[in-house]
Amino acid sequence: MAKLTMVEAINLALRQEMEKDPRVLLLGEDVGRNGGVFRVTQGLLDTFGETRVMDTPLSESAIVGVAIGMAVYGLRPVAEIQFEGFVYAAMEQLADHAGRIRTRSRGRYHCPLVVRLPYGGGIRAPEHHSDSNEAYFVHTPGIKVVVPSTPYESKGLFVAALRDPDPVIFMEPKKIYRSLREEVPEEEYLIPLGESRIVLEGTDITLITWGAMLQPTLQAAMLMEKSGTSAEVLDLRTLSPLDTESMIESVKKTHRAVVVHEAPATCGVGAEIVARINEKALVHLEAPVERVTGFDTVMPLPKLEKYYLPSAERVVDAVNRVISF
Amino acid sequence: MPKMVIETCSVEWLQILDEDGICDEELRPPLSNEEIKKLFESMVLARTFDEKAFKLQREGRLGTYASIYGQEAAQVGSAFALRPADWMFPAFREPGASFVRGLPIHMILQYWAGDERGSQIPEGLNDFPITIPVATQIPIAVGVALAAKVKGDPIAVMAYMGDGATSKGDFHEGLNFAGVFSAPVVFVCQNNQWAISVPLKRQTAAKTLAQKAFAYGFPGIRVDGNDVFAVYRAASEALNRAKAGKGPTLIECLTYRLGDHTTADDASRYRSREEVEQWKTKDPIRRLKKYMEKRNLWSEAYDQAVRSNAKEKVERAVRVEESLPPPDPRDIFGFTFEELTAELKEQMENFLKVDGKERSESKDVLYG
Repeated sequence: MAKLTMVEAINLALRQEMEKDPRVLLLGEDVGRNGGVFRVTQGLLDTFGETRVMDTPLSESAIVGVAIGMAVYGLRPVAEIQFEGFVYAAMEQLADHAGRIRTRSRGRYHCPLVVRLPYGGGIRAPEHHSDSNEAYFVHTPGIKVVVPSTPYESKGLFVAALRDPDPVIFMEPKKIYRSLREEVPEEEYLIPLGESRIVLEGTDITLITWGAMLQPTLQAAMLMEKSGTSAEVLDLRTLSPLDTESMIESVKKTHRAVVVHEAPATCGVGAEIVARINEKALVHLEAPVERVTGFDTVMPLPKLEKYYLPSAERVVDAVNRVISF
Repeated sequence: MPKMVIETCSVEWLQILDEDGICDEELRPPLSNEEIKKLFESMVLARTFDEKAFKLQREGRLGTYASIYGQEAAQVGSAFALRPADWMFPAFREPGASFVRGLPIHMILQYWAGDERGSQIPEGLNDFPITIPVATQIPIAVGVALAAKVKGDPIAVMAYMGDGATSKGDFHEGLNFAGVFSAPVVFVCQNNQWAISVPLKRQTAAKTLAQKAFAYGFPGIRVDGNDVFAVYRAASEALNRAKAGKGPTLIECLTYRLGDHTTADDASRYRSREEVEQWKTKDPIRRLKKYMEKRNLWSEAYDQAVRSNAKEKVERAVRVEESLPPPDPRDIFGFTFEELTAELKEQMENFLKVDGKERSESKDVLYG
């Protein structure tokens, strides 16, 4: 089985889905001749032509709006927003139309659309290229949010997102794009949306995370193992809808939890996770649930970004507080 | 090197039927007598509906409503050029167009009465629901047009907007995108010269809105928006152009909002009575009536019949709307996704346990 990067795995998923389903088409800035600034769409223009791989004007709101129209008409568009920092121009289309059209038309129209959104820090990118803004979309009704953490995960989740009947924001952690290689099957497989996975089984504490933060969280779990603490690591995969059941089940077993995410703390997805644990498992807790997150600040430029992003050390520090509470 | 002109822009003005009902027969579109009558009847229906909706709101039987008084020709003339397979995207001031398309009248009432089922466009009618966030329907309309082009369907899309929309990013992004990909779409701008209290001169420094199309690489035309023949002709030509693969067109219908912005607005705060009275003389229905009279297509008896028929249709729609059972509270949840998520299911079940069935009116209080 070929060992692929996440870039290659998503590329493979796109190619295979475009071969299988003539309704699938791509649109975005530089997705055609250039193959995308991260090369996720490399080679697809040559195979599928300009009608199905559309290099668009520099026009985020229209890219998403046009994709919504195409989805309403019965196509399966995949829109790429080049970096998460540029998605705000399309927010009106996402919140006012993509997430609402099924409800407002009482099911007459729906919007099977995927917006691919490279996100997150750690690759020394310029300003506005390193944010982690998933909470805006999670807070928006009618939109699903998926964040893969590894190459294998990205292919299975992408195919599921593309075949989903509702709009999905597919957030690709740039930090992981090329940092890992993993065996990725050629054969079709789907990872259902809304189901998390236990990456590491443990008994003393549950570490809940997603996307690029799985790496420092796993490193923290390994450091903790040396000092005799057994951590269970949960990769959420989908942030909307959240797999509440699996989180609660794990917390009931370990009685302690820490949430790790890259985005700012306040009203981040971690806050929602803590609320759900409180609602459904408070009596099982031995300590307050802590969050290890980015700060409530602007994402620093590359010279300071390593201090902003949660590290294994920060996770261990929080775990120690929770364990000794 | 001397400077030289490498591009120029010209904007055509099209008027076929003037305020006195005098018609340029050479420009008049080839409409049968029956079709001309249909235009007249559709405009009367639109106005009758508008008057009734206003009254219903004042009687507390309808929520906020956006009047179309004075803009009947711009809506009826443009929608009349569409074929059933074409798609239509209204903004929020196009009931005249929606009725021409075949949307049941009571659904517009339902929408403004606060019943989301008014946006459940019947199967077989290719219209988008009313869109309130200004200009946001434009990129979506372009998307439908491009999807039709990709699939090889021989249709076109008509997207409506007001003059205020031309100041929004989505107007620019949508039209630019349509130009680049030669999308089969016709943009109909109802320039009624007021965006609530903001006059056209505060929306643009340009002399016309039609000329904006020029910068996107396709034609724009300004038509007399109170002249149903001019609007119909421009729309027909633009739709033919779109279906022939020649790309989009922007039609600026110069008209005037004779009413307030909505029932929640009072236009006398910001514009003069003289201005309104002056525009009343350009009434689109009266000028077609004058023309039809000369062609022996109009009589007092016919007029009475048309008006009472329109009234009957509207009254029937009011009865239908007011006799509908209230929407099911579960509908708040049921259409968020194709399937209810676990979280939504839990929220719905908790809600149904407490107050999902009957709910007393809440009263705001300041102290205990």
